[in-house]
Amino acid sequence: MTAEIIVVTSGKGGVGKTTTSASLATGLAMAGKKVAVIDFDVGLRNLDLIMGCERRVVYDFVNVVHGEATLKQALIKDKRYDSLYVLAASQTRDKDALTQEGVEKVLEDLGKEGFDYVVCDSPAGIEKGAHLAMYFADHAVVVVNPEVSSVRDSDRILGLLASKTRRAERGEGAIKQHLLLTRYNPVRVAVGEMLSVKDVEEILGINVVGVIPESENVLAASNAGVPVILDDNSLAGQAYGDTVARILGEERALRFLDAPKKGFFQRVFGG
Amino acid sequence: MGILDFLKRKPEPTAVVAKERLRIIVAQERSTRGAPDYLPLLRNELLEVIKKYVHVDLEAININVERDSGHEILELSVALPDHAQPKAG
Repeated sequence: MTAEIIVVTSGKGGVGKTTTSASLATGLAMAGKKVAVIDFDVGLRNLDLIMGCERRVVYDFVNVVHGEATLKQALIKDKRYDSLYVLAASQTRDKDALTQEGVEKVLEDLGKEGFDYVVCDSPAGIEKGAHLAMYFADHAVVVVNPEVSSVRDSDRILGLLASKTRRAERGEGAIKQHLLLTRYNPVRVAVGEMLSVKDVEEILGINVVGVIPESENVLAASNAGVPVILDDNSLAGQAYGDTVARILGEERALRFLDAPKKGFFQRVFGG
Repeated sequence: MGILDFLKRKPEPTAVVAKERLRIIVAQERSTRGAPDYLPLLRNELLEVIKKYVHVDLEAININVERDSGHEILELSVALPDHAQPKAG
Protein backbone atom coordinates (compact mmCIF):
# COMPACT_ATOMS: atom_id res chain seq x y z
CA MET A 1 0.00 0.00 0.00
CA THR A 2 1.20 3.48 -0.75
CA ALA A 3 -0.04 6.75 0.63
CA GLU A 4 -0.94 9.74 -1.53
CA ILE A 5 1.72 12.33 -0.91
CA ILE A 6 0.78 16.00 -0.89
CA VAL A 7 3.43 18.68 -0.60
CA VAL A 8 2.46 22.13 0.65
CA THR A 9 4.98 24.55 -0.78
CA SER A 10 5.41 28.17 -1.94
CA GLY A 11 8.98 29.29 -2.39
CA LYS A 12 8.40 32.47 -0.43
CA GLY A 13 8.20 32.32 3.35
CA GLY A 14 5.37 33.59 5.51
CA VAL A 15 2.57 33.01 3.01
CA GLY A 16 0.74 30.37 5.05
CA LYS A 17 2.31 27.00 4.28
CA THR A 18 2.22 25.66 7.82
CA THR A 19 -1.27 27.05 8.46
CA THR A 20 -2.37 25.32 5.26
CA SER A 21 -0.59 22.04 6.05
CA ALA A 22 -2.25 21.89 9.46
CA SER A 23 -5.72 22.64 8.11
CA LEU A 24 -5.36 20.36 5.09
CA ALA A 25 -4.19 17.43 7.20
CA THR A 26 -6.93 18.02 9.75
CA GLY A 27 -9.56 18.36 7.00
CA LEU A 28 -8.49 15.08 5.41
CA ALA A 29 -8.70 13.37 8.80
CA MET A 30 -12.17 14.87 9.33
CA ALA A 31 -13.13 13.23 6.02
CA GLY A 32 -12.19 9.88 7.57
CA LYS A 33 -8.74 9.51 6.04
CA LYS A 34 -5.69 8.31 7.91
CA VAL A 35 -3.24 11.18 7.66
CA ALA A 36 0.32 11.99 8.67
CA VAL A 37 1.60 15.54 8.42
CA ILE A 38 5.37 15.97 8.34
CA ASP A 39 7.36 19.12 9.11
CA PHE A 40 10.29 19.29 6.66
CA ASP A 41 11.64 22.54 8.10
CA VAL A 42 14.61 21.01 9.93
CA GLY A 43 16.01 23.43 12.47
CA LEU A 44 12.89 25.62 12.44
CA ARG A 45 10.16 23.38 13.79
CA ASN A 46 6.76 25.07 13.81
CA LEU A 47 4.05 22.70 12.64
CA ASP A 48 3.86 21.22 16.17
CA LEU A 49 2.87 24.64 17.53
CA ILE A 50 0.18 25.20 14.90
CA MET A 51 -1.17 21.69 15.54
CA GLY A 52 -1.01 22.26 19.30
CA CYS A 53 1.19 19.25 20.11
CA GLU A 54 4.49 21.02 20.85
CA ARG A 55 4.83 19.61 24.35
CA ARG A 56 4.40 16.05 23.21
CA VAL A 57 7.34 15.93 20.80
CA VAL A 58 9.80 13.26 21.95
CA TYR A 59 11.29 11.96 18.71
CA ASP A 60 11.32 13.71 15.37
CA PHE A 61 11.61 13.13 11.62
CA VAL A 62 15.43 13.13 11.63
CA ASN A 63 15.50 10.57 14.47
CA VAL A 64 13.40 8.26 12.31
CA VAL A 65 15.52 8.82 9.20
CA HIS A 66 18.66 7.99 11.23
CA GLY A 67 17.12 4.92 12.84
CA GLU A 68 17.27 6.42 16.35
CA ALA A 69 13.53 5.99 16.81
CA THR A 70 10.83 3.98 15.11
CA LEU A 71 8.10 5.65 13.11
CA LYS A 72 5.57 4.55 15.74
CA GLN A 73 7.56 6.24 18.49
CA ALA A 74 7.91 9.50 16.59
CA LEU A 75 4.36 9.90 15.26
CA ILE A 76 2.35 12.13 17.58
CA LYS A 77 -1.32 11.27 17.66
CA ASP A 78 -3.63 14.27 17.37
CA LYS A 79 -5.80 14.98 20.41
CA ARG A 80 -8.89 15.67 18.30
CA TYR A 81 -8.78 13.07 15.52
CA ASP A 82 -7.67 9.47 15.99
CA SER A 83 -6.58 9.09 12.36
CA LEU A 84 -4.32 12.17 12.39
CA TYR A 85 -0.62 12.09 13.25
CA VAL A 86 2.15 14.68 13.33
CA LEU A 87 5.83 14.04 12.61
CA ALA A 88 7.82 16.99 13.95
CA ALA A 89 10.96 18.47 12.44
CA SER A 90 14.18 18.26 14.35
CA GLN A 91 15.19 21.44 16.17
CA THR A 92 18.85 20.62 16.64
CA ARG A 93 20.13 19.14 13.42
CA ASP A 94 20.94 21.04 10.29
CA LYS A 95 19.10 20.42 7.04
CA ASP A 96 21.72 17.99 5.74
CA ALA A 97 20.36 15.54 8.30
CA LEU A 98 17.67 14.53 5.81
CA THR A 99 18.58 12.29 2.89
CA GLN A 100 16.55 11.36 -0.14
CA GLU A 101 16.77 7.64 0.69
CA GLY A 102 15.78 8.33 4.30
CA VAL A 103 12.75 10.36 3.31
CA GLU A 104 11.72 7.75 0.76
CA LYS A 105 11.89 5.02 3.41
CA VAL A 106 9.71 6.98 5.85
CA LEU A 107 7.09 7.70 3.17
CA GLU A 108 7.06 4.03 2.13
CA ASP A 109 6.69 2.89 5.72
CA LEU A 110 3.77 5.28 6.24
CA GLY A 111 2.07 3.66 3.24
CA LYS A 112 2.65 0.22 4.77
CA GLU A 113 1.15 1.46 8.05
CA GLY A 114 -2.08 2.13 6.18
CA PHE A 115 -1.87 5.90 5.87
CA ASP A 116 -4.07 7.30 3.08
CA TYR A 117 -2.37 10.68 2.89
CA VAL A 118 0.96 12.16 3.87
CA VAL A 119 1.05 15.97 3.93
CA CYS A 120 4.59 17.36 3.60
CA ASP A 121 4.98 20.87 5.02
CA SER A 122 7.84 22.32 2.98
CA PRO A 123 10.31 24.89 4.30
CA ALA A 124 10.55 28.19 2.42
CA GLY A 125 13.11 28.53 -0.32
CA ILE A 126 14.22 26.08 -2.98
CA GLU A 127 17.09 24.46 -1.08
CA LYS A 128 17.46 20.84 -0.03
CA GLY A 129 14.61 20.72 2.50
CA ALA A 130 12.12 22.14 0.00
CA HIS A 131 13.43 19.82 -2.69
CA LEU A 132 13.03 16.75 -0.48
CA ALA A 133 9.53 17.82 0.58
CA MET A 134 8.36 17.97 -3.04
CA TYR A 135 10.43 15.18 -4.59
CA PHE A 136 8.10 12.23 -3.86
CA ALA A 137 4.82 14.14 -4.10
CA ASP A 138 1.76 13.08 -6.08
CA HIS A 139 -0.03 16.38 -5.42
CA ALA A 140 1.28 19.84 -4.69
CA VAL A 141 -0.57 22.66 -2.99
CA VAL A 142 1.22 25.86 -3.96
CA VAL A 143 0.34 28.57 -1.45
CA VAL A 144 0.40 32.07 -2.88
CA ASN A 145 -0.47 35.54 -1.57
CA PRO A 146 -1.90 38.19 -3.93
CA GLU A 147 1.39 40.06 -3.86
CA VAL A 148 4.14 40.40 -6.48
CA SER A 149 7.03 38.53 -4.85
CA SER A 150 4.84 35.63 -3.78
CA VAL A 151 3.31 35.24 -7.25
CA ARG A 152 6.71 35.29 -8.93
CA ASP A 153 8.15 32.74 -6.50
CA SER A 154 5.19 30.42 -6.95
CA ASP A 155 5.73 30.42 -10.70
CA ARG A 156 9.29 29.30 -10.02
CA ILE A 157 7.99 26.55 -7.73
CA LEU A 158 5.46 25.41 -10.35
CA GLY A 159 8.38 25.05 -12.77
CA LEU A 160 10.36 22.99 -10.27
CA LEU A 161 7.35 20.76 -9.57
CA ALA A 162 7.10 20.04 -13.28
CA SER A 163 10.75 19.04 -13.61
CA LYS A 164 12.45 18.22 -10.30
CA THR A 165 10.15 15.59 -8.83
CA ARG A 166 10.35 11.82 -9.00
CA ARG A 167 7.22 11.68 -11.12
CA ALA A 168 8.72 14.10 -13.64
CA GLU A 169 12.07 12.30 -13.69
CA ARG A 170 10.47 8.91 -14.22
CA GLY A 171 7.97 10.25 -16.74
CA GLU A 172 5.09 9.01 -14.58
CA GLY A 173 2.83 11.88 -15.48
CA ALA A 174 2.68 15.34 -14.05
CA ILE A 175 2.27 15.94 -10.37
CA LYS A 176 -1.20 17.34 -9.69
CA GLN A 177 -0.82 21.04 -8.98
CA HIS A 178 -3.27 22.97 -6.82
CA LEU A 179 -2.91 26.73 -6.42
CA LEU A 180 -4.17 28.06 -3.10
CA LEU A 181 -4.57 31.81 -2.76
CA THR A 182 -4.35 32.92 0.87
CA ARG A 183 -4.58 36.25 2.74
CA TYR A 184 -7.13 37.45 0.17
CA ASN A 185 -8.74 40.76 0.94
CA PRO A 186 -11.83 41.35 -1.26
CA VAL A 187 -12.17 44.97 -0.08
CA ARG A 188 -8.68 45.85 -1.30
CA VAL A 189 -9.23 43.90 -4.53
CA ALA A 190 -12.42 45.90 -5.15
CA VAL A 191 -10.55 49.21 -4.98
CA GLY A 192 -7.68 48.00 -7.15
CA GLU A 193 -5.09 47.75 -4.38
CA MET A 194 -4.66 43.99 -4.56
CA LEU A 195 -4.35 41.42 -7.35
CA SER A 196 -7.62 39.56 -7.88
CA VAL A 197 -8.13 35.79 -8.10
CA LYS A 198 -8.50 36.18 -11.86
CA ASP A 199 -5.26 38.21 -12.11
CA VAL A 200 -3.27 35.54 -10.26
CA GLU A 201 -4.84 32.74 -12.30
CA GLU A 202 -4.02 34.55 -15.54
CA ILE A 203 -0.42 35.32 -14.61
CA LEU A 204 0.34 31.78 -13.47
CA GLY A 205 -1.84 30.02 -16.04
CA ILE A 206 -3.46 27.75 -13.45
CA ASN A 207 -6.79 27.87 -11.66
CA VAL A 208 -7.05 28.15 -7.91
CA VAL A 209 -8.23 25.21 -5.79
CA GLY A 210 -9.30 27.62 -3.08
CA VAL A 211 -9.18 31.19 -1.84
CA ILE A 212 -8.65 31.81 1.86
CA PRO A 213 -9.75 35.28 2.94
CA GLU A 214 -7.45 37.28 5.18
CA SER A 215 -8.85 36.71 8.63
CA GLU A 216 -8.12 37.56 12.23
CA ASN A 217 -9.15 34.04 13.10
CA VAL A 218 -5.98 32.60 11.55
CA LEU A 219 -3.81 34.30 14.17
CA ALA A 220 -6.27 33.38 16.92
CA ALA A 221 -6.15 29.75 15.78
CA SER A 222 -2.36 29.64 15.78
CA ASN A 223 -2.30 31.34 19.18
CA ALA A 224 -4.44 28.51 20.50
CA GLY A 225 -2.72 25.69 18.60
CA VAL A 226 -5.96 24.71 16.85
CA PRO A 227 -5.90 24.39 13.04
CA VAL A 228 -8.15 27.16 11.70
CA ILE A 229 -10.25 24.67 9.69
CA LEU A 230 -11.77 23.66 13.05
CA ASP A 231 -13.09 27.20 13.55
CA ASP A 232 -16.48 26.84 11.83
CA ASN A 233 -17.36 30.45 12.55
CA SER A 234 -14.44 31.88 10.62
CA LEU A 235 -14.52 32.48 6.89
CA ALA A 236 -10.93 31.22 6.64
CA GLY A 237 -11.91 27.97 8.35
CA GLN A 238 -14.89 27.49 6.02
CA ALA A 239 -12.74 28.29 2.98
CA TYR A 240 -10.21 25.65 4.08
CA GLY A 241 -13.08 23.18 4.44
CA ASP A 242 -14.12 23.90 0.85
CA THR A 243 -10.53 23.56 -0.35
CA VAL A 244 -10.05 20.13 1.23
CA ALA A 245 -13.35 18.96 -0.30
CA ARG A 246 -12.15 20.12 -3.74
CA ILE A 247 -8.82 18.33 -3.33
CA LEU A 248 -10.84 15.20 -2.55
CA GLY A 249 -12.66 15.68 -5.85
CA GLU A 250 -15.82 17.45 -4.77
CA GLU A 251 -17.15 20.37 -6.82
CA ARG A 252 -17.68 23.47 -4.72
CA ALA A 253 -18.06 27.07 -5.82
CA LEU A 254 -15.56 29.62 -4.50
CA ARG A 255 -16.90 31.73 -1.64
CA PHE A 256 -15.96 34.96 0.13
CA LEU A 257 -14.55 36.64 -3.00
CA ASP A 258 -16.70 39.75 -2.81
CA ALA A 259 -16.36 42.71 -0.52
CA PRO A 260 -19.19 42.80 1.99
CA LYS A 261 -21.88 45.22 0.81
CA LYS A 262 -22.01 48.41 2.81
CA GLY A 263 -25.23 48.97 4.69
CA PHE A 264 -27.42 52.02 4.13
CA PHE A 265 -26.08 53.94 7.12
CA GLN A 266 -22.46 53.16 6.22
CA ARG A 267 -23.07 54.48 2.73
CA VAL A 268 -24.70 57.66 3.96
CA PHE A 269 -22.46 58.41 6.90
CA GLY A 270 -19.27 56.69 5.76
CA GLY A 271 -17.25 54.23 7.74
CA MET B 1 -10.08 67.81 -2.04
CA GLY B 2 -10.13 70.52 -4.68
CA ILE B 3 -13.13 71.25 -6.80
CA LEU B 4 -11.24 70.53 -10.03
CA ASP B 5 -9.82 67.21 -8.86
CA PHE B 6 -12.30 65.29 -10.99
CA LEU B 7 -10.62 66.69 -14.09
CA LYS B 8 -7.31 65.07 -13.24
CA ARG B 9 -6.63 61.69 -14.67
CA LYS B 10 -6.93 59.00 -12.03
CA PRO B 11 -3.68 57.16 -11.38
CA GLU B 12 -3.68 53.54 -12.50
CA PRO B 13 -4.71 51.19 -9.70
CA THR B 14 -1.58 49.56 -8.22
CA ALA B 15 -3.01 46.07 -8.82
CA VAL B 16 -3.02 46.78 -12.57
CA VAL B 17 0.64 47.83 -12.39
CA ALA B 18 1.48 44.70 -10.39
CA LYS B 19 -0.25 42.45 -12.89
CA GLU B 20 1.52 43.96 -15.86
CA ARG B 21 4.96 43.75 -14.18
CA LEU B 22 4.33 40.13 -13.18
CA ARG B 23 3.09 39.19 -16.64
CA ILE B 24 6.37 40.36 -18.16
CA ILE B 25 8.80 38.97 -15.59
CA VAL B 26 7.04 35.60 -15.38
CA ALA B 27 7.09 35.22 -19.18
CA GLN B 28 10.77 36.14 -19.26
CA GLU B 29 11.69 33.72 -16.48
CA ARG B 30 9.71 30.91 -18.05
CA SER B 31 11.52 31.35 -21.33
CA THR B 32 14.90 30.82 -19.68
CA ARG B 33 13.77 28.13 -17.23
CA GLY B 34 16.03 25.10 -17.19
CA ALA B 35 18.38 26.90 -19.54
CA PRO B 36 22.12 26.95 -18.93
CA ASP B 37 23.32 29.29 -16.15
CA TYR B 38 25.61 31.19 -18.51
CA LEU B 39 22.73 32.72 -20.49
CA PRO B 40 22.47 36.03 -18.58
CA LEU B 41 26.23 36.50 -18.86
CA LEU B 42 26.15 35.58 -22.55
CA ARG B 43 23.39 38.13 -23.02
CA ASN B 44 25.45 40.86 -21.36
CA GLU B 45 28.58 40.09 -23.33
CA LEU B 46 26.62 40.03 -26.58
CA LEU B 47 25.22 43.41 -25.67
CA GLU B 48 28.74 44.78 -25.25
CA VAL B 49 29.70 43.50 -28.70
CA ILE B 50 26.54 44.77 -30.39
CA LYS B 51 26.90 48.15 -28.68
CA LYS B 52 30.14 48.68 -30.55
CA TYR B 53 28.09 48.91 -33.72
CA VAL B 54 24.56 50.05 -32.79
CA HIS B 55 22.83 51.50 -29.76
CA VAL B 56 20.57 48.86 -28.25
CA ASP B 57 19.30 48.17 -24.75
CA LEU B 58 19.60 44.93 -22.83
CA GLU B 59 15.86 44.45 -23.31
CA ALA B 60 16.34 44.37 -27.07
CA ILE B 61 18.22 41.10 -26.81
CA ASN B 62 16.14 38.00 -26.45
CA ILE B 63 17.64 34.62 -25.77
CA ASN B 64 15.54 31.49 -25.86
CA VAL B 65 16.44 27.89 -25.42
CA GLU B 66 14.04 25.50 -27.11
CA ARG B 67 14.05 21.79 -26.64
CA ASP B 68 13.09 19.68 -29.59
CA SER B 69 13.20 15.90 -29.61
CA GLY B 70 16.71 15.30 -28.36
CA HIS B 71 18.39 18.56 -29.32
CA GLU B 72 18.37 22.09 -28.02
CA ILE B 73 18.20 25.25 -30.07
CA LEU B 74 19.68 28.48 -28.79
CA GLU B 75 17.57 31.20 -30.33
CA LEU B 76 18.86 34.73 -30.30
CA SER B 77 17.06 37.81 -31.50
CA VAL B 78 18.15 41.44 -31.37
CA ALA B 79 15.58 44.14 -31.99
CA LEU B 80 17.43 46.96 -33.71
CA PRO B 81 16.22 50.52 -33.14
CA ASP B 82 14.03 52.03 -35.89
CA HIS B 83 16.84 53.99 -37.45
CA ALA B 84 19.85 51.94 -36.56
CA GLN B 85 22.70 54.38 -36.72
CA PRO B 86 26.07 52.81 -37.07
CA LYS B 87 28.52 54.20 -34.58
CA ALA B 88 30.91 56.64 -36.07
CA GLY B 89 34.52 55.61 -36.05
